[in-house]
Amino acid sequence: MLVLQIIVAGIAQGCVYGLIALGFVLIYKATETVNFAQGDLMMLGAFAGLAGMGLFGWPFWLAALAAIGAMALLGLLLERAIVRPVLGQPQFSIVMLTFGLGYVMRGAITMVPGIGTDTHALAVPYKGATFNTGVVTLGMEQLVVIAATAMLCAALWLLFRFTRVGIAMQASSQNQLAAYYMGIPVQRLNGLVWALAAAVAAAAGLLLAPVTFVHANMGFIGLKAFPAAIVGGFGSLPGAIVGGLIIGVVESLSGFYLPEGFKDVVPYIVVLLVLAIRPTGLFGDRGRKKV
Amino acid sequence: MRFIFKTRYDQDIALARHGGQRFWYALLAACLVLAPWLLPEYWLAQLSFVFIYAIVAVGLMLLAGYTGQFSIGHAAFMGVGAYCEAWLAARGWPLPLSLACSMALSAAVGVVVGLPALRVKGMYLAIATLSFGFIVEEVLARWESVTGGNAGLSVPPASLFGVPLDSTASFYALCLVCVVGSTLVALNLLRAPSGRAFVAIRDSEVSAQSMGIQLARYKSLAFAVSAALAGLGGALYAHKMQFISPDQFGLVQSIDLVLMIVIGGLGSIHGAFLGAIFLIGMPQLISLGKDFLPAAMAQAAGLQNVVYGVVLIAFVMLEPMGLYGRWLKLRTWLELYPFYRRGMFRRQRSYMKSERLR
Repeated sequence: MLVLQIIVAGIAQGCVYGLIALGFVLIYKATETVNFAQGDLMMLGAFAGLAGMGLFGWPFWLAALAAIGAMALLGLLLERAIVRPVLGQPQFSIVMLTFGLGYVMRGAITMVPGIGTDTHALAVPYKGATFNTGVVTLGMEQLVVIAATAMLCAALWLLFRFTRVGIAMQASSQNQLAAYYMGIPVQRLNGLVWALAAAVAAAAGLLLAPVTFVHANMGFIGLKAFPAAIVGGFGSLPGAIVGGLIIGVVESLSGFYLPEGFKDVVPYIVVLLVLAIRPTGLFGDRGRKKV
Repeated sequence: MRFIFKTRYDQDIALARHGGQRFWYALLAACLVLAPWLLPEYWLAQLSFVFIYAIVAVGLMLLAGYTGQFSIGHAAFMGVGAYCEAWLAARGWPLPLSLACSMALSAAVGVVVGLPALRVKGMYLAIATLSFGFIVEEVLARWESVTGGNAGLSVPPASLFGVPLDSTASFYALCLVCVVGSTLVALNLLRAPSGRAFVAIRDSEVSAQSMGIQLARYKSLAFAVSAALAGLGGALYAHKMQFISPDQFGLVQSIDLVLMIVIGGLGSIHGAFLGAIFLIGMPQLISLGKDFLPAAMAQAAGLQNVVYGVVLIAFVMLEPMGLYGRWLKLRTWLELYPFYRRGMFRRQRSYMKSERLR
């Protein structure tokens, strides 16, 4: 039953990839930029949770909620102060901007004396607990990751399906100009989308923190979420989660069956294959320009 | 203000537009040739680094600035060139031959990586090259019989026809020859039909295709030339550092390369050089500025990251045309002296142009 355990570990890891990829896709759909700082937002979220528990002595759930809220606010601010003024420039300059944001966040964290350069463990209440079904023994951390991701996805689905804001977001991501003419405040929605993406990233960071550790370079895991987003199709929210799960499972299986070294590269091999065979991913739709 | 009176068609594609440019470039060339006698050894070594990075930057500029194909895995081409050179140099190949082989191997790898570029565009291509960069880094780390793995590989100093180029000045001369050669190749390419095709592809693929430009051919060519120049830069880098390991050619290096051309100014060869000067000069400036900062900040490992990030953000927000764009504005201001208007280079506010359908 080792295989089952590996698959569950892969799914848990894949959920984190999926959540980060969800942030990419949200921002891509709204502003057509790829936010390379998504992984670093996740890192900041984890550090915010750490600060809530360590500095203020809050219980885990309160610290987590506060961290998510703080990160949402940060996302809103980033959009307003930095991303909005450069909209309309070529796509790649905005991508470079997010590279810069990532650099600043990573560097700023290491500048915090005493905290930034160390690795920390987030003392979550479910740490180290296991769940034994008789057949397999599963780590509680992984189950929490999976359950929380499922709940977040459900909440997002409800948001996009039933609320005015969600439907407006869908509209503006399909055709910004048309949405603007219909009276949807597109710019304010873009801010909300950044807030949402940052909040999702913070949630991913808090979920990942007990599995790995909290440190300044944990954002690099975001680079493995790119394959997830591409495999799922870069414009599709369910695709991001499915892509994340695929990448996570493939990665953990290859870590078990293939020689050492493949584990880190397999996501990228998968993404190159997907780009060569089906560039739009599993769920992406193909846009064509009609001349 | 200078008005150029064109009497021949050749003047349109001349490398130097007018006598003033000829004078200044000749002066620059003379200074660079005389630099070994004028500058202390430390600055000479830094200048060699600038040249090495400028070679890579010119290559990346051809690909990203002129053909519009962004690559976030360009350090991988440098790595391929560096390891190829190290392997060949250790086996005693003559320098010109081993450099040519490194360039050829990099170019071949570049064509292979360029294959997805024929199907995917924009961000997808950037992520494909990113993935490729990770794969190359891992291969370099794992293929221990050739690359020495993570422990790294020491490289013998370059030697030309039995004369070892181990002094700073002689290696500087080698870098100078290479950088001048590759810049001339790039400039010539850009004023030839191939270069015009690159620019057409950058501006609109659909229009380029309907003008009869073979997208597949020119994109592959751009990748090959760009990768070859990166390979040359990598080979010189290996000789300069005399020690290479896979993590020197990882994502951080790739992002540094892209940062270099964006800050220098996309779409200009000058920009590649200005970017290289920035990339090499910035750490020095930061270490100078450290004295003015509180100790906790100055000692932090992330200071350089923060400065790079802030500079990058500032450039994208305030000066999207990079250092070269800033120079253009300054020059226009000087040329037009009392008549320069503030709005002359103002970007037009435009609606967000969708790049999904292209």
